[in-house]
Amino acid sequence: MTAPSTNTAKPATGILALLKTAFINALVALVLFSLMVGIRTEAGSSGQLTYWTRFGELASLVAIVFGGSIVIELLRQWIGPTGAEKLVPPALQSGMSLIGRYLTPALLIFTLLVPVIFYDQRYILDLAILVLTYVMLGWGLNVVVGLAGLLDLGYVAFYAVGAYSYGLLATNFGWSFWICLPLAGILAAFWGVLLGFPVLRLRGDYLAIVTLAFGEIIRLVIINWQELTGGPNGVSGIPRPTFFGIPLDNSDEGFAARLGIEYSPTHRIVFLFYLILALALLTNWVTIRLRRLPIGRAWEALREDEVACRALGINTTTTKLTAFATGAMFGGFAGAFFATRQGFISPESFTFQESALVLAIVVLGGMGSQLGVALAALAMIGGFELFRGLETYRMLVFGMAMVLIMIWRPRGLIGHRAPTVFLTKAQAISSDLVKEGHG
Amino acid sequence: MSGDKILTVDRLTMRFGGIVAVQDLSFDAERKKITALIGPNGAGKTTVFNCITGFYKPSGGAIRLAHDDGRVIALERLNDFRIAKQAKVARTFQNIRLFPGMTALENLMVAQHNALMRASGFTLLGLVGAPGYRDAEKRAIDLATDWLRRVNLLDRADDAAGNFAYGDQRRLEIARAMCTEPALLCLDEPAAGLNARESAALSELLLSIRNELGTSILLIEHDMSVVMEISDHIVVMDHGVKIAEGTPREVRDDPKVIAAYLGADEEEAVAVMESGT
Repeated sequence: MTAPSTNTAKPATGILALLKTAFINALVALVLFSLMVGIRTEAGSSGQLTYWTRFGELASLVAIVFGGSIVIELLRQWIGPTGAEKLVPPALQSGMSLIGRYLTPALLIFTLLVPVIFYDQRYILDLAILVLTYVMLGWGLNVVVGLAGLLDLGYVAFYAVGAYSYGLLATNFGWSFWICLPLAGILAAFWGVLLGFPVLRLRGDYLAIVTLAFGEIIRLVIINWQELTGGPNGVSGIPRPTFFGIPLDNSDEGFAARLGIEYSPTHRIVFLFYLILALALLTNWVTIRLRRLPIGRAWEALREDEVACRALGINTTTTKLTAFATGAMFGGFAGAFFATRQGFISPESFTFQESALVLAIVVLGGMGSQLGVALAALAMIGGFELFRGLETYRMLVFGMAMVLIMIWRPRGLIGHRAPTVFLTKAQAISSDLVKEGHG
Repeated sequence: MSGDKILTVDRLTMRFGGIVAVQDLSFDAERKKITALIGPNGAGKTTVFNCITGFYKPSGGAIRLAHDDGRVIALERLNDFRIAKQAKVARTFQNIRLFPGMTALENLMVAQHNALMRASGFTLLGLVGAPGYRDAEKRAIDLATDWLRRVNLLDRADDAAGNFAYGDQRRLEIARAMCTEPALLCLDEPAAGLNARESAALSELLLSIRNELGTSILLIEHDMSVVMEISDHIVVMDHGVKIAEGTPREVRDDPKVIAAYLGADEEEAVAVMESGT
């Protein structure tokens, strides 16, 4: 990681420089580990110092560093930022671009088929629903952070508003999910605007702190407003979603009975899967359309340069508010889905960690990139499950994986930006030029 | 000064704490003419610009903008984006402020935000793909294309603005300001950092904007060859006050102007005198 960048013209010198870098790294590792690992000291039984050497371990560590730095450097050059020398043979490169072109449709088809393929594996279906929930949250936050460049650390507040809107309306008034879903979105958007007003003058770190505080305020209000929200006990007995009025249970009126098929609890899981998939795709579709509309371009322009926006007559206040409201609305939808899936909600589900996780998905995915966010949600949520076998080391490995990804792709998995309109040919814009926004 | 005035600055004063940046400055800009605001560094030119374009709220005085249709707008009462939106005053910046991560075409589309927002029914019609919005977008692209052609950047329409050479960025910024279809175009040092050939092209562009489109232009400029060539009227400032105004010829021969430039910067004074010969 301390390797100097190799700005060489020819691949031959590139490989030489590569070896040199790896050698230097191995040397540093040797010096460091020779004392830390190579010599083991311990107090003996009578207090005297005993030591013994572990050259085998030392050698393997140094070898790992040597090999690792070659791999890292190669990866950095292959998939690293543009401008870095590409050592990949052209055939492989064209293959990769081919994969890139078909990745989205392939992923979509695979996602549609997940309940068919994994029908008997409840665990995988549950995990897929969880991943899709975070994909949707990521896409929703992407509007605020990725497009408008407003750093929002309190996104979970809107998730909570959506969840409690549905939970309370359904348990108190018996309203159906399909009526409550838009209401949850509208209420969350309303709170988004409410949050938006005081924070509009703030930028950067200050904005982040206020949104963070807003997320905490919502959570604390939920905990303390016992009469309405049930406080820490949460809201239980939230109705499960119905298939447009037909319950998905084993009653005579149920979905299975009406179709004349045998009842299975998996029906409901599959239904939930397609429900969240539809909601996520709706989020995606709306975001893609908004990007090509003047409002979406204004969001991105705001991220690029707010002063220039004002000079062009763009009302930055309403532009920011619409970004906040749109992102919040999708968060509210996702919250309503969360409530109906769980059947029980409590303030514990809406901690800062959730906000941080969704933000990490957006940043890791590449701010503004829809595909990147989806991949990042898959990596973050699915990958985290993947490391379950590592038990104690799970967080460590996961954290290291994230650090490594951010070293190779500092602007996220998909850093480049696709233009929203073009005359002759749409060219991807390098992430070096795209601003991150400043608040 | 005779003729139809588009901009009237009356006793404009701008203070920052105890510092008076602009004091009792009065001048007019004529319709369909190019008015230049010159002066040594620190004379308060950019402050005047920021007051006119709403980035500062003046401490005192009045700024009036008279539209072609007879509407008179008090700019000092409008703030922020409303000056560009309602009063139709567009500006460029001394340090270029493009949207570097967006293409040249996108930059010009953002400039047409307000018109497109109306056409898209404030997003709702656009979201469902109403034909009215599609036509409006097509027209917006046509206008942007037209401006890209005028500033000679049509072949780079789909390139990111941040990748453009300095001179190209300057021209693109002017094109972007013009895409807002302004009544008054304010240019803050448009020739800064340009070479002689680019400066000449810039002069040509500004003259064509005045002659063909009849847009009034107010500019701050240090490049005297540009100022003397294209300006119809020049206002000279020093230390926050107006020290002279008139045609390029009058200003050039004004001893006060020469003294101000000599006192501030010998090179510039020489430039003023030489550009007349």
